[in-house]
Amino acid sequence: MKTLGAGGALALANAGARDNRGLGGDMRIWDQHAHLGSVPGDTPEERMGFLVKCMDRVGVERLILSQGYSDDRHPNPPEQFRLENDRVMRAVKAFPDRAYGSVYITPALPEFSLQELNRCVRDGPMVMIGEIEAEARCNVPGMDPIAEWAVANDVLVLQHEWLKAGGNEPTESTPFDVVELARRHPRLHIVCAHTGGNWELGIRTIRATKNVYCGLAGSDPTNGYVEMAVRELGAERVIFGSDVGGRSFASQLAKVEGAAISNSDKQLILGGNLRRLLTPVLRKKGYKI
Amino acid sequence: MIDTNVYLSRWPFRRLEGDEPAQLVAKLREGKVVQAWAGSFEGILERDVAGVNNRLAETCHSFGEGMLIPFGTVNPKLPDWQEDVRRCHEEHKMPGIRLHPNYHGYKLDDSVFAELLKLATALGLIVQLALSMEDPRTQSPLMRVPAVELVALTSAVKGTPGLRLELLNCTAQIGREEYAAALATGDVSMDISMVEGVAGVARLVRQVPLSRLLFGSYYPFFYFESAVLKIEESGLDEVSQKAICVENARRLMPRT
Repeated sequence: MKTLGAGGALALANAGARDNRGLGGDMRIWDQHAHLGSVPGDTPEERMGFLVKCMDRVGVERLILSQGYSDDRHPNPPEQFRLENDRVMRAVKAFPDRAYGSVYITPALPEFSLQELNRCVRDGPMVMIGEIEAEARCNVPGMDPIAEWAVANDVLVLQHEWLKAGGNEPTESTPFDVVELARRHPRLHIVCAHTGGNWELGIRTIRATKNVYCGLAGSDPTNGYVEMAVRELGAERVIFGSDVGGRSFASQLAKVEGAAISNSDKQLILGGNLRRLLTPVLRKKGYKI
Repeated sequence: MIDTNVYLSRWPFRRLEGDEPAQLVAKLREGKVVQAWAGSFEGILERDVAGVNNRLAETCHSFGEGMLIPFGTVNPKLPDWQEDVRRCHEEHKMPGIRLHPNYHGYKLDDSVFAELLKLATALGLIVQLALSMEDPRTQSPLMRVPAVELVALTSAVKGTPGLRLELLNCTAQIGREEYAAALATGDVSMDISMVEGVAGVARLVRQVPLSRLLFGSYYPFFYFESAVLKIEESGLDEVSQKAICVENARRLMPRT
């Protein structure tokens, strides 16, 4: 109790705690990987409002939102994708200073996906592609026109993948699939959303393919993850994401806050890299960087 | 702050920042931890658990100036396991023991588990039950270990009046209803190390009694900051924070 009263645990749980952990007040945290699923609220605006409260508590300035909140992980027919993208755009519109939108598509429906890219990114407010997850692995030919569109429009791609010890789902991508796609499109910038989950394998898999980035989201906060990623890839290729609402900001932020790396590397991982990669599209749209 | 879930020694598959005791103590001090309940990674796989417990007790004695409280390993599938319980209690003066049923090869409906709970309770020991050590999706293919099945816990707890039990590493692979049922059975608590979802601890506070939630970091396997940030993200009031971070642990272990 004495410790608490002297500003221990409770002090950590109050605003300004980031300075106590040595991050400094100038750390601008952008979360590349967020969803509205598993977040309380009946509407996109309510759910985003809840996320903003939590972002404020842990110091996240902005997030990139995708996928809406349907429980259906395999939305088909395409109307479901449109509905989810519309939900994301509603949430972003309600909190334009706290979120940007990212378009949800699938290489299983390339024609529809190109239409949705034009609707949501070229002609709409969204700034990124993915998290692509549904219906097909990312090494299929249907992904090529999407990758070409991303290169032509300077737009970053977030791709779901895992490398599960018990085996992936049949249409679930692996880091190997991401590497295969990235080698077919060397000017594409693509983020492995989970870096395999088995990060010791995922980091090695993407190491030699420089246009593939290491996403930190959506796995347990196992000690050593970020240190290995920085050692093997360089901090410039490591990108913070949370995978809320199924995950917490907390467990995912801890991977970077707790890592034995320099503060300048933390600045890159927690937001600097993402802002650099999004700069072309944000400038084109006249958005804040 | 009292951290009810840290481990000493080496995780078999990875070196961890903090797996040297001096390093671990420094990190916990930096996090304002005044007391940490410590088990041993060695106890998961080694069969000479008496040796494991000797080293655990010695390390807790040598580092941290009383911060580290040893929770000895007991594997009830080993011959003469009762002697390990006795030594934990009498020789090492440990306040509790830590169990790993899924690594030691028994389920909670095994009669030896009930026998172990009864003996520990008769000696006044707290029992910590680690439900999982690692996401099964990231385990070595050579050693895939599913989480403990919690269903049979209820009858074991009911059959052991006076038992003080803490569930550690409460993985999402086990359903919320199962946790709620377990906590309703007796003096059963859970730590927050593996609680997930946005503002997950706040959600948990609405689902289970506040008095049964304990701060646990699972450091050094997890980054220590994870559990601290979970409290921060959940926006709990001061009363709830104190309960989870200190007072509930003090109630469970009042004498230290």
